[in-house]
Amino acid sequence: MKKLDLVIIGGGPAGMAAAVAAYEKGVRNLLILDREPQLGGILEQCIHNGFGLHRFKEELTGPEYAARFAEKVAEYGIPCLLNTMVLDLETESDGTKIVTAVSPQEGYLKLNARAVILAMGCRERPRGALNIAGTRPAGIYTAGAAQKFVNIKGQMPGKRVVILGSGDIGLIMARRMTLEGAKVEAVCELMPYSGGLTRNIVQCLADFGIPLKLSHTVVQIHGKERVEAVTIAAVGPDRRPIPGTEEKIPCDTLLLSVGLIPENELSRQAGVEMDPVTGGAVVDENRQTSIPGVFACGNVLHVHDLVDYVSEEAEIAGKQAAAYLDGCRMDAEMFPVSGKDGVRYVVPQRIRKGAAPFALYFRVGDVYRDVRIVVECGGKTLVSRIKKKVAPGEMETLPLKAEQVSQIDGLVTVRLEQKGAE
Amino acid sequence: MKYDVAVIGGGVVGSMILRELSRYQLKSILLERQEDVAMGASRANSAIVHAGFDAKPGTKKADFNVKGNALMETVAKELSVPFCRNGSMVLAFSDEDLETLETLRLRGEENGVPMLRILCPEEVWEKEPAISREIKGALWAPTGGIVCPYELTIGGIENAMDNGAELKTNFCVTGIRKDGDSFVVVSPEEEICASYIVNAAGLFADEIARMVGDDSFSISPRRGEYELLDKTQGTLVHATIFQPPTKMGKGILVTPTVDGNLLTGPTSEDISDKEDTETTAAGLDKVQKLAVKSVPGINYRNVITAFTGLRACPDSGDFVIGPAKGEPHLIHAAGIESPGLTSAPAIAPEIVRLLGEAGLPLHPKEDFCPNRRPFPKFREMSDEEREALVQQDPRFGKIVCRCETITEGEVLEAIHRNPPARSVDAVKRRTRAGMGRCQGGFCGPQVVEILARELGIPMDEVTKSGGKSRMLTGKTRGEGGAI
Amino acid sequence: MEKRNLTCIVCPMGCALTVELEEGKVLSVSGNTCPRGEKYAQEECTHPTRVLTSTIRVADGVLPVVPVKTAAPIPKELLFEAMAALRELTVPAPVAIGDVICPDLCGTGIALLATSSVEKKEPDA
Repeated sequence: MKKLDLVIIGGGPAGMAAAVAAYEKGVRNLLILDREPQLGGILEQCIHNGFGLHRFKEELTGPEYAARFAEKVAEYGIPCLLNTMVLDLETESDGTKIVTAVSPQEGYLKLNARAVILAMGCRERPRGALNIAGTRPAGIYTAGAAQKFVNIKGQMPGKRVVILGSGDIGLIMARRMTLEGAKVEAVCELMPYSGGLTRNIVQCLADFGIPLKLSHTVVQIHGKERVEAVTIAAVGPDRRPIPGTEEKIPCDTLLLSVGLIPENELSRQAGVEMDPVTGGAVVDENRQTSIPGVFACGNVLHVHDLVDYVSEEAEIAGKQAAAYLDGCRMDAEMFPVSGKDGVRYVVPQRIRKGAAPFALYFRVGDVYRDVRIVVECGGKTLVSRIKKKVAPGEMETLPLKAEQVSQIDGLVTVRLEQKGAE
Repeated sequence: MKYDVAVIGGGVVGSMILRELSRYQLKSILLERQEDVAMGASRANSAIVHAGFDAKPGTKKADFNVKGNALMETVAKELSVPFCRNGSMVLAFSDEDLETLETLRLRGEENGVPMLRILCPEEVWEKEPAISREIKGALWAPTGGIVCPYELTIGGIENAMDNGAELKTNFCVTGIRKDGDSFVVVSPEEEICASYIVNAAGLFADEIARMVGDDSFSISPRRGEYELLDKTQGTLVHATIFQPPTKMGKGILVTPTVDGNLLTGPTSEDISDKEDTETTAAGLDKVQKLAVKSVPGINYRNVITAFTGLRACPDSGDFVIGPAKGEPHLIHAAGIESPGLTSAPAIAPEIVRLLGEAGLPLHPKEDFCPNRRPFPKFREMSDEEREALVQQDPRFGKIVCRCETITEGEVLEAIHRNPPARSVDAVKRRTRAGMGRCQGGFCGPQVVEILARELGIPMDEVTKSGGKSRMLTGKTRGEGGAI
Repeated sequence: MEKRNLTCIVCPMGCALTVELEEGKVLSVSGNTCPRGEKYAQEECTHPTRVLTSTIRVADGVLPVVPVKTAAPIPKELLFEAMAALRELTVPAPVAIGDVICPDLCGTGIALLATSSVEKKEPDA
């Protein structure tokens, strides 16, 4: 069995940044595994621009952003096995990890690793279609599958489109399909606000006069062989369709953009403790999971809206995996972190006693204006920050300085406070 | 081309009959109106091998159910189709229900169902801890089982074809006429000659009968809506859990499937359109509400798909098995509603016997092979088996569907083995690619590409399930000039 | 006088801006909470521009298309004209990231660049 120090599962933005960071910290016996024929993950099909503003201070397209990291991987000579699917991850009693993978070139593989970084990314939630009544004809796709068809395979999934869900991929595809000559009739969003970035609502919908129907959903799909129409309806505060508001829209395609779920089948199988809210692993500030030597970063940990933050998080995991391999003990006492009063989740979920400065990443559950974000521990306020607006579609970050981290001696909570309401 | 027998209808009944015919020195053909087999009731039903306590003693349903149940294990084994005798339970929620159970038990015993027993609630919960605390008892039938209906159909047809039978899909029978002693079976595109016909046309069996002047029965569709849940829910119950039957059917059941999912449903609604497979908001709502009455812990956030099946209900209330009125060379296997899947292995030899009685010479084939080569299932293999398979054919090392761990090799088998898959759904039924929790989001584009390559057609001609169900509408960049 | 409503995209606040225009000139901007909003409204109302990203047909490549972008934002009103122009283009494989596909797209003086690489397909044996 091949023996490695570090195996990185996934060669998308998270996996590449983690590998590069680990390499720069001295790890040499490492390997990236990816199921696609090239590195880059989902970025390869995200041909629109807007990536890298935070990191590179310029607007790159997805493949360009990926290329920056792929070039580093190549420059360092970090080995990659492509077209390779990881099937299983196990931990031996001595802490060694066994990674089982398969590829047409390498066959059925068992790799022995001292540390593993989980960087499998996320997948689209298909659930949007499930409770829609009607038929199941051709022409129903997730926005990401449609994106792959258009941008990689050069094929149009349809000509007259309704999009359910206003996640970013759905918004991006509304513009993309329009530019390719399709007519996007409407984007329906169940919630009273969009799950996508404002920039995308303006530049992908408003630019092309595509209506965004908030508090609307698709209630029926029509068509026996191919989609012929969908019926949409307004929803009430209980998110149930309001009878009498139905509107039938002729179309040949229904795209679903109803959210992303971390791709954690492997992590669950491996016995990693999961956070039911993020759908990802529970990690400490080093991005180490409940299994020593197994780290997680990027969208497999929690869904990010900007790839820049994925890279940032992956670098933490890469560096810390290197430290772990150097024999750095990471089993100090842990303090839990939790969100309340509008804060839906916080990553990391745990902080080790004596941790180095780090940042908290979190998401809120609704749109709030003029709020104060408060980070507390045992009655002490560690940090507080005023924000004019927070929304579920935009991840928030809050860095903690050394003197703030040093005050942590118990449960850390992150909460929202209406400004002025002390 | 002249055939001895033409079987009309590629559902599980047609499949089992074709396979039975392939045991004899006959030229047999199966005619299916759709682009694939198992497209009607055999595609979407409860997938249950019933014990046999439901049907009234003395009916064909009762007879074939119990016989079919006994045969299923062997048939499934020969055809390498997964079958599990997981047992079934009918729950009682009231004293009145308990009386119903007693009636069912007595009826079952009269039908010859072995080992039936009424359990007290504690015995039920010991076997099935997830069952409602509201129950008063249950009828336990250990011979109940589960099988995948379309795998069984596909398996039977493949085995029949390996033994020399033929299959014609996209053959929609629009007329039957006599030419001397023979039948000419007509479709809009072509005609086929056969000495005998078996009518296994499911919902359309009455229309086939009328083509030879037999109007002795009619078939009406009964809609049943189902919801299929993720494998995380598949271990909630081990047995098939029924509620007490009503005149509309056996009620809402909760059952594991042979693939490890949880299936709930069906509703039961008489409709008129024989092709109306829409799901309805009200129907799915009803499935959920009633299923949690049996098993309160079902988490419907884990639904992976909803579907509607149409059952072919005969006006007679019983299976229509026998020669057509005024046409002894056409044998009906019609009105095969529930327990049709269970009964199919027993109906097939009876139909062949009837054909023999009608004059068809039945000479057994010496080289008939009852066994079908197993369909490789990478996900179920051991490390050693996987290693050997990938070494032998690297295409089994390419995972196409990550949710269900389906390899390119399996997709290729689906396309190149009989009956051949020609569409995305046909690949899905044979391999499970696209049947997992992402519902084809990842593997969809790959399956389309593989189908296009293997069938030698452009990607935009690949369909979801034949006809006009094209997946794509054309290239983004047609042919254009150079720079 | 003409009134236009915009959503500012400079930051996640998404301020609802109201712009008053006369003969293409911005008279006033309201609804913004910072000066960047005013600048955005000015530009958006006088000469809106966008980076166009799409794909170009590749001849003999391992993939049928290669992604491209305009090297700089182009006038927004030219988006569909530019799409029509690049629909006519074919680039032979191999294509490398950063390759100039077309030096001047639709007379804008702005180049069209490949944003990914596509290798040449091995001829069938």
